[in-house]
Amino acid sequence: MAGVNTFEVLSPGIMSTVQDLGRFGCARYGVAASGALDGFAVRVGNLLVGNPENAAVVETALMGLRITAMRDAVVAVTGGDLQARKGNEPLAVWRSHLVRERETISFTGPVSGLRSYLAVAGGIHAATVMGSRSTNLASGFGGFQGRPLRKGDILAVEPVKDALRFAGRAFTPEWIPDYSTPWRLRIVWGPQDEHFSEEGRQTFVTAAFTVSPNSDRTGIRLNGPVVTRKPGMEESIISEGILSGAIQIPGDGQPIIILGETASGGYRKIATVISADLPLLGQITPGDEVAFEAVAMDAAVQALREMEEKVDRFKQSLNERQASL
Amino acid sequence: MAYETPVFRPMGDRSLLVELGETIAPDVNRRVQELMLQLQQARLPGVREFAPGYRSLLVVFDPLTLSPAELKARITDVAGRPASAGLPQAKLLTVPVFYGGEYGPDLEGVAGHLGISTDEVIRLHTETMYRVYMIGFTPGYPYMGELPAALAVPRRSTPRTRVPKGSVGIAQRQTGIYSVESPGGWQIIGWTPIELFDPTRQLPSLLEMGDRVKFEAVRQVEI
Repeated sequence: MAGVNTFEVLSPGIMSTVQDLGRFGCARYGVAASGALDGFAVRVGNLLVGNPENAAVVETALMGLRITAMRDAVVAVTGGDLQARKGNEPLAVWRSHLVRERETISFTGPVSGLRSYLAVAGGIHAATVMGSRSTNLASGFGGFQGRPLRKGDILAVEPVKDALRFAGRAFTPEWIPDYSTPWRLRIVWGPQDEHFSEEGRQTFVTAAFTVSPNSDRTGIRLNGPVVTRKPGMEESIISEGILSGAIQIPGDGQPIIILGETASGGYRKIATVISADLPLLGQITPGDEVAFEAVAMDAAVQALREMEEKVDRFKQSLNERQASL
Repeated sequence: MAYETPVFRPMGDRSLLVELGETIAPDVNRRVQELMLQLQQARLPGVREFAPGYRSLLVVFDPLTLSPAELKARITDVAGRPASAGLPQAKLLTVPVFYGGEYGPDLEGVAGHLGISTDEVIRLHTETMYRVYMIGFTPGYPYMGELPAALAVPRRSTPRTRVPKGSVGIAQRQTGIYSVESPGGWQIIGWTPIELFDPTRQLPSLLEMGDRVKFEAVRQVEI
């Protein structure tokens, strides 16, 4: 089904892509998940505008995205606060808004976090490739023609009835994630924590690391004290499957937190970020400070349960509100 | 040699690395293939995805549906049973390769390093039937082995930032084909026009783990 032309890109900013929650089930073909790096923000953004949680959105980093509406639309801005504006007025984050034809939405620079999400009632129109609308940047497929947005691109939206009724919704304020720095990320040890020296493991959970400017959608590179392996352990291991959140330690002892663009890897992973903290990874900015806190598996699963309960309860509140109208 | 029982290593709270042997070996890799098939047939609730490697299977799951401890128990149970059905028939693919020159910029260097002629490098590379151990690195990229010992060379000390799609590389006892343009550190000895990856195909990757590949030298057409 064809989408309805809704936005024209006036400026793509530093990096803007079309993403959903990711491409799953194709790791065996070497295809990484891709997808929005702050999945929680995308789920809430989509719910705010009446979409399924997995609808396609625009992910924009840092600053500079400017789009103009070709027709009336309802949007929600979630994730990092990049000072979104509608014309000259501020556009509040974690809320849905009515945008009139010819009005311009722009993102002028971060107050908190790194990536903001623009969800549109109906969802961004994009072909489903291998089960997902996410952009695979390395191989150039999915999303908007397999590439970041450019000036002049026209974004189409899936048609939806009575979209305007979704304007004016807000996410529960106390559940808005805390993107303040320094970051404290919870991890569970493994899969190869035993390949590191006791001293290396101690360094990993006590040091403050600084995010390198070489970080991108493939990984967050950290600088700090060297995380040492046990004597005799070679730099690389036999390649194996990998997921976002896994923390590789290459030969130089400087951690790399893997993001969604990699399906396999040949370095040792000392630890893995817990599912409940994965959305934060999308908001970590070069120059930020990062520390790791080890938690037990049960605590990790409990934290995920609490996150899912927030989404469920928010969904329920929207349904009740809908029913009472 | 494959392990008697799998070794489990959690990768976070939503995936479990199941190791089935220590080394790169056909029997270990076959065991990975078998376990993936067994687990697919077992249809465990909450299991989302499998990422097979040389000697391990990464099982991605929803910990709120199936706890990590329950998943381990279920996998141990499934792995202990004999495989009910045989593995699907492996594909045999003959890959035409233009060796050397602009297609294989490292062919001369590899020959020099090994102290043999470029013809001998080509002969050794084409005489072996390779097993596809895993698909990874980039979409559709086949990691294949085992390269004859006489062809074992180290990776390039400085990886290239751009390796053209279709480049045929070797490193240590492995050979591979760059399925898309990407950075890469393997020694590039040739190039093939075969399309390894097409996201619009029913099976996006031309090769799968367990398939067999033989390279065939193609003479460049003289104009």
